[in-house]
Amino acid sequence: MGMTMTQKILAAHTGLSEVKAGQLIEADLDLVLGNDVTSPVAIGEMKKMKVDGVFDKDKIAIVLDHFTPNKDIKSAELCKCAKTFAYENDITNFFETGEVGIEHALLPEKGLVVAGDVVIGADSHTCTYGALGAFSTGVGSTDMAAGMATGKAWFKVPSAIKFVLKNKPAKWISGKDIILHIIGMIGVDGALYKSMEFVGDGIQYLSMDDRFAMTNMAIEAGGKNGIFPVDDLTREYMKEHSTREFVEYTADEDAEYEATYEIDLSELKPTVAFPHLPENTRTIDNVGEVKIDQVVIGSCTNGRIEDLRIAAKVMEGRQVAKGVRTIVIPATQKIYLQAIEEGLVSIFIKAGAAVSTPTCGPCLGGHMGILAKGERAVATTNRNFVGRMGDPESEVYLASPAVAAASAITGKISCPCELGL
Amino acid sequence: MKAFGKVHKYGDNVDTDVIIPARYLNAPDPSELAKHCMEDIDVDFAKNVQKGDIIVADKNFGCGSSREHAPIAIKASGVSCVIAETFARIFYRNAINIGLPIIECPEAAKGIDAGDEVEIDFDSGKIYNKTKGTEFQGQAFPEFMQKIIKAEGLINYINNK
Repeated sequence: MGMTMTQKILAAHTGLSEVKAGQLIEADLDLVLGNDVTSPVAIGEMKKMKVDGVFDKDKIAIVLDHFTPNKDIKSAELCKCAKTFAYENDITNFFETGEVGIEHALLPEKGLVVAGDVVIGADSHTCTYGALGAFSTGVGSTDMAAGMATGKAWFKVPSAIKFVLKNKPAKWISGKDIILHIIGMIGVDGALYKSMEFVGDGIQYLSMDDRFAMTNMAIEAGGKNGIFPVDDLTREYMKEHSTREFVEYTADEDAEYEATYEIDLSELKPTVAFPHLPENTRTIDNVGEVKIDQVVIGSCTNGRIEDLRIAAKVMEGRQVAKGVRTIVIPATQKIYLQAIEEGLVSIFIKAGAAVSTPTCGPCLGGHMGILAKGERAVATTNRNFVGRMGDPESEVYLASPAVAAASAITGKISCPCELGL
Repeated sequence: MKAFGKVHKYGDNVDTDVIIPARYLNAPDPSELAKHCMEDIDVDFAKNVQKGDIIVADKNFGCGSSREHAPIAIKASGVSCVIAETFARIFYRNAINIGLPIIECPEAAKGIDAGDEVEIDFDSGKIYNKTKGTEFQGQAFPEFMQKIIKAEGLINYINNK
């Protein structure tokens, strides 16, 4: 029996010529990631272990991005704990305010993940790096501790679902719309414990930022990982950002998939996930009149340069609706600077939006844009659970940067086409 | 090893944001987390929960964020076991890694109501609903995971190796 892309990567990191779905393996890790929320718990666990330091100071990334710039004293203590550990262990890839970006935008940009890698991160959206043809998955703090100490993690080899993406995406269709469409179709546990493998001729039309947004949200369908095959665009991206050698894997022709879905990208419509689950999707023509109080454009899903370019294109020369707090958060310092140099930040500020330093802040209801009881936000983030962005009685609607930007202008959930675009 | 307690019952897709909202993640001390456990879907949980109590839920329990604070909050609340139709995978790993017993059993998830008194035998995987006089067979852990649980978590398991 043939292997999927994911199974091949796992086999190569286990020293086996073949692995099968359901098999328990212990794999070698290329990178172990943690942030300011999860690292302190992992550090506490690692201190209980009979080990002398970390397995490889170059293969650990500690990225202080969630409650930073430190939002309160308790958060500052968490960051101090992580920083002390990073310094004591001479961790090469430690990032705090000034250098930091949102982890899943930062690591690919820094060239720390390439195709063929196995990566675990104590953050559920670690699955993002599948866009590069790597196996990456979210774990908890104890797994992070064990990974930092031993350089290994145990996995149950996942089975897979294949998504065949066909044709050129329709106007305003981004990676976010495609993944929301998929989650709406299979549900928030539709890929539970499984790999989501994306293939098909439609991939050639998807930018790296589209692909990152899609693999980022594999976890929102319960997936263990999401993964794209490597093509010229991926190679170009990796050569631009990394000096590391990469390994390309393709699925065997006889690889087994539990299900195969074909998606015609030319038929898709901009898609919005209504509260309180990412699976509650509606196409833009079915949203009705939903007035909003806040728009957030950013996060590990959609805070990359192309997301900001699309948002700026929609907002240029327009004003955000009175009463709609619009917050734009470039995901990394490099993206922020690029947005300044391209004039995007100027467009946002002239339109009446606030532009912030990189942070996960509002996405998880941490800081920098919390909702009051009864308030509604359109966000390019990844989760709309009860209380995710603030009060348990607030609401989050997930959408693409194009829809979020258009909604900021009109004050209700809108398609850019409503602005004549 | 056995667990016995009164049941707190929830539906599908209980996510880690409601198990422990992010606004409390800046203080990861287990007893602090326990004070806010389940707060956004069951405001009285922390007040009502007794040592040994059991959480029963439908599908995809623990979906969302990878925060280990979620099973830590549940364990520190005194909960002795979580039974669900299915668990989200990161929560599943985290629960095992910190030594919070969890059992997948769709029949038990359907056949147990809030307030029922339930006993679980972890060795056999049997779940007894004492209130209704019914019995369910839960899924036993693979041997590999049993070793981690017996060692009371991943860290001890690695230390013992």
